[in-house]
Amino acid sequence: MLLDALLLQLGYNASLVAIGATLLGASAGITGTFLFLRKRALVSDAISHATLPGVGVAFLIMVAFGGDGRNLIGLLIGSAVSAGIGLWCLNWLTRNTRLAEDAAIGAVLSVFFGFGVVILTVIQSLGVGRQAGLEGFLLGSTAGMLWNDALIIAAGGAATLLVILLMRRPMTLVAFDPEYASARGISVSQIDMLMMALVMAVTVVGLKVVGLILIVALLIIPPVTARFWTERSDLVVVFAGIAGALAAFIGAALSASAPNLPTGPIIVLVSFALFALSLLFAPNRGVLAAVMRHVRFQRQVHLRQGLLALAQGQVIYEPLTLRLLRRHGLLRADGVATETGVARAAKALRDEHRWALVRADQSLEATAALYDGLREIETVLTDDQIRDLDRRIGTPREVLA
Amino acid sequence: MTVVLARENGISPEQEADAARIANAPLTIRGLTVSYGDKPAVFSVDMTVEAGKMTAIVGPNGAGKSTMLKAALGIVPALSGRVNVFGAALETQRGRIAYVPQRASVDWDFPTRVIDVVMMGLYRELGLLKRITGAHRAAARTCLERVGMADFATRQIGQLSGGQQQRVFLARALAQGADLYVLDEPFAGVDAATEKAIISVLKQLREEGKTVVVVHHDLATVADYFDNVFLINTRKIAEGPVQTAFTAETLQAAYGGRLATAQVDQLGAAAALHTSQVGAT
Repeated sequence: MLLDALLLQLGYNASLVAIGATLLGASAGITGTFLFLRKRALVSDAISHATLPGVGVAFLIMVAFGGDGRNLIGLLIGSAVSAGIGLWCLNWLTRNTRLAEDAAIGAVLSVFFGFGVVILTVIQSLGVGRQAGLEGFLLGSTAGMLWNDALIIAAGGAATLLVILLMRRPMTLVAFDPEYASARGISVSQIDMLMMALVMAVTVVGLKVVGLILIVALLIIPPVTARFWTERSDLVVVFAGIAGALAAFIGAALSASAPNLPTGPIIVLVSFALFALSLLFAPNRGVLAAVMRHVRFQRQVHLRQGLLALAQGQVIYEPLTLRLLRRHGLLRADGVATETGVARAAKALRDEHRWALVRADQSLEATAALYDGLREIETVLTDDQIRDLDRRIGTPREVLA
Repeated sequence: MTVVLARENGISPEQEADAARIANAPLTIRGLTVSYGDKPAVFSVDMTVEAGKMTAIVGPNGAGKSTMLKAALGIVPALSGRVNVFGAALETQRGRIAYVPQRASVDWDFPTRVIDVVMMGLYRELGLLKRITGAHRAAARTCLERVGMADFATRQIGQLSGGQQQRVFLARALAQGADLYVLDEPFAGVDAATEKAIISVLKQLREEGKTVVVVHHDLATVADYFDNVFLINTRKIAEGPVQTAFTAETLQAAYGGRLATAQVDQLGAAAALHTSQVGAT
């Protein structure tokens, strides 16, 4: 069943939802990356919640003009207008009051959402138009997705991607160093506005699929996931797009393969699963890698300290150090160094002297920066350089116990 | 004709040349006031930066040194004042200015490598869509070499020491190929190697005829490093060559009780000594 869904074999609607969701996931992930890099991720939450009153008001206006109020384009325009107003309020509050952005986000988000809920409740009590399905904007509903809906998502997604492709350099510059960007004549406030407009576009076209409460997850989780895998901003953007698309596709397929599984929330959960996997298993920034790095590091430190202590004839008390030295065959059970132990200890001490010279030498700065007390000097210097260092150290001196 | 008229008005050719030099100076600030809230951080300040010289902006903490420059470059809004760059409006001269912000103003865990940061200096050249080519990378690498950071090109910026980060910022400014370099506290919290590297690059720039303006906090090195000094404490205190503007009196005026009298005398003496040495050579 799931395999059928993944291969788009579950019928017209399921395939349409999967394709639409994938496009949305990719564009949301990519757009969200710039918000994430600009450290304004939560603004997207305010934007999405601010769409709700617009949906209600647009419905009422369309009904007043004699429609049934279900025209998706009309509802989306309404949501975009009210999100725009919300955004303007947010900007005004942060710029003209002493309110910090997080507090302003909280205020705008809750007021607009509350207002939206009131309007939807009033609409229900009025009993006009074909109001069933309006609450689908809260958590998303893909059951009745039409070809046109998918087209809107595709068009919106493509438009945002095009703008991002065009503006990626100024947006990255503003995200990294707004002062510098501003000194180069880039208007930081305009770039910020552009980012917000892009987020608004993605939010509005995504309302139907995941709903306004969960769209923030599609914008934020993919870039955070991507960040675990790379140290380059351009690759974060690409990986976030891939992670978003993957989560949306798998999520849509999962929800299609079983009855009554809501699409939006499932997509968010899959997205979270990708995040959790990255958090645990990413090669450099992952938790597991960090733990392993720490353990390995600790052992290396103990071993090195043990060797240096041996070379200088000091007594070793640390149990872990003794255990490690014995395990590596450097120390006999009775605490006397083996032949290899003596040799390795002498080498360790000599390397310390070599490093000391490297670190005192201005011309070897890049190499010196690699010093951490553990790195083998042969891995950073050529044989010639080491010979040169040894000449400067002179013949090995006898170490006094 | 104008010359004749000017002479009739009692203006000497020297004065006229002076006026022209001021009019086309790399940076002229007139009546600049900047305030955070209701308290002015910089009040009605005039400044004329001399072309081809190194100028230090000096003053106590919170005296508005950085704020003045940020407002002059349009990074923070000014309440009032006019700014000209090379005798023209700031916006038309953006390409000729290279700004080096304070190191602490950015997040160094940002996902980017050293070479990418320097490449940001080529922003104008690359525009929105031009692909990055080998030539661009080579240009960025040359700038890194000038600050002694070529070996670090592919490292993540978070792995650098403070001094190295500062040098990467300077390399980015070099990549712009500007005529006016404005640096905000480049020597704050950096190692001696970095300080030497930066000052030698700045002196090279001066030899190439570029103009350098530096917000500087270390009074002891002002006379060594700079030609001109601009003393500020919310208002302008003094401006001019180090010999005349960086004296015990002007320092006292700028710092008030914040410098011990002994310190002031010492610095004034150092400046005077420096002057006599310069005079002797």
